[in-house]
Amino acid sequence: METARGWLESSEDGGVWVLRAGGRWVIADAVDLDGQVRAAGPGPGTRTARIDLAAVDSLDTVGAWLIARTMTRWKAEGVAVEVSGASPAHAALLDKVTLCPPAEDDPTGHHPLIAILERAGHGTFQFIAEAKELLAFFGLTVITFGRSIVQPRRFRLTSLLSHVERVGLDAMPIVMLLSLLIGLVLSQQGAFQLQRFGAVDFTVNLVGISMLREIGIVLTAVIIAGRSGSAFTAQIGTMKVNEEVDAMLTLGLDPMELLVLPRLIALMIALPLLCFVADMMGLLGGALYSVFALDMSLEQFLSRLRDVIGPWTFWVGIIKAPVFAFLIAMTGCYHGLKVSGSAESVGLMTTKSVVVSIFMVIVADALFAILFSSFGI
Amino acid sequence: MADPHATTDLPNGAAIIRIRGLRNQFGAQVVHDGLDLDVMRGEVIGVVGGSGTGKSVLLRTIVGLNRHAAGSIEVFGQDIDALGDAERRHLQERWGVLFQDGALFSSLTVAQNIQVPLREHTDLGPDMRDEVAALKIHLVGLPPDAAHKFPSELSGGMRKRAGLARALALDPEILFLDEPTAGLDPIGAAAFDRLILDLRDSLGLTVFMVTHDLDSLHTICDRIAVLVDKHVMVGTMRSLLQDTHPWIREYFHGPRARAALEGQPS
Repeated sequence: METARGWLESSEDGGVWVLRAGGRWVIADAVDLDGQVRAAGPGPGTRTARIDLAAVDSLDTVGAWLIARTMTRWKAEGVAVEVSGASPAHAALLDKVTLCPPAEDDPTGHHPLIAILERAGHGTFQFIAEAKELLAFFGLTVITFGRSIVQPRRFRLTSLLSHVERVGLDAMPIVMLLSLLIGLVLSQQGAFQLQRFGAVDFTVNLVGISMLREIGIVLTAVIIAGRSGSAFTAQIGTMKVNEEVDAMLTLGLDPMELLVLPRLIALMIALPLLCFVADMMGLLGGALYSVFALDMSLEQFLSRLRDVIGPWTFWVGIIKAPVFAFLIAMTGCYHGLKVSGSAESVGLMTTKSVVVSIFMVIVADALFAILFSSFGI
Repeated sequence: MADPHATTDLPNGAAIIRIRGLRNQFGAQVVHDGLDLDVMRGEVIGVVGGSGTGKSVLLRTIVGLNRHAAGSIEVFGQDIDALGDAERRHLQERWGVLFQDGALFSSLTVAQNIQVPLREHTDLGPDMRDEVAALKIHLVGLPPDAAHKFPSELSGGMRKRAGLARALALDPEILFLDEPTAGLDPIGAAAFDRLILDLRDSLGLTVFMVTHDLDSLHTICDRIAVLVDKHVMVGTMRSLLQDTHPWIREYFHGPRARAALEGQPS
């Protein structure tokens, strides 16, 4: 039974404005019907109106709403309206939707320009608040860290070892591959420029010093921030959503001790080791390029390397590793614990955690550079 | 009951969902085998069963979220496996699904959630969509200011109502509810039951409801389908009380069932 499309006829009958509706008054025809209803306003001078629904075949909430809305509007204009010919079901539906208040405007909707300003202000305050919170979390982490040194029995060794495996051993292949490639690329680009001065041999200085002092550790830290920092946030965040963290608190367990500390220490152990591996692979990349493309022998490469590398060059890189590890793990765990309620929040916090930890690593690296240059190393 | 829709060629009281010989299995575990079920137009049918008997699986199979191994499912007289993409889309406009916790899109406000199906399946303009969203919010008994809130700002009961509003967005003929009263307090649950019944009467809905709430079963279900031994036994509350199957006896004669029964006027 295919019913006719919805239709509307208006006429004046002895001073009464009559609307006759018929056919299918459903959501599928709503756009058309909305136009018809708006155009069917009561004729000039009529103070009473009647809406006849006898010919309506089917009526859904949207169709009923269109009729109810028209009645409300006309009543507001001082026209008396009545409905006739509605079947009991249609009348009941009409009653149900008549009480619906009109759609409210979004209270937060401002002028777009003001909205941008508002967002900027909101963002600034949030940034300050978060910086404060992160500082507080830093303090809490240090306290927990200190307590675990005083009371080493409270420390979870199994958890620590499993984290060392996950953040250290499992990250080894990617760190090795990427630093080897960076070592190769660095020496290739360096040699290309140095050739013009006839100083190809200085490629070894370039690769050796930059790899050991800066690139090895920063590259590793960035990889680990993306790989393990994000994993910390996601793991702890998911536990937060599942109320596991709340369960821990009610059982008298400290999430700082149970979740944060093992991850923190694991990363502080793993990152220096990974950094060492990255340094070696970077140098290997440099050596490979020098031997195969620059016609240097391995002995030449190594003896030159020994000459250019001072006693501190290697340690300058490695010393930074535990500090970066601390920053990455702290940021990751902090954002994990900041997750609230929804699964969406986990994703949001994970993204944020990676951005913030990479930012902190690079800022810290700059501070180290200033520190080391003031010491003259 | 009069039917304000009358957009299908099925008369009142005909089977709107017809399941024959349904078989569902996950690996070696058979959940349903030879399951037959008819859901009549305009009725509220409650599906009950022990944990792991596949109540939600049955619902998910009917709405096409789970592929069945054998058997046929007809909705509005159409075999759901034989449908093309366009027909399937058309079918989806005619049913609404409420998942357990509302399954609202968390990045959208309540009003935007309700407008998702409107955007997808109708050509309504933005003003009209706002009006329809406000109407549905009113219908499910949410306050008007809930429209601009995000799901995370709502209580569990309000999220369910908002999910129901989204399920009702396109004025569906069948409403699928997965444990609609789970996690609600008794007052909220009773109000939700009344709401479902009220909407069924005014909108002419057919309601397929998975539930564990004995009060809901008593109050609003016309018939009850019990999942036992991989298929369903259908009956009214009265007939199931007489049933001799051990699980059914225990379910309907347990202390909770008796308490729920005593609370009923009939």
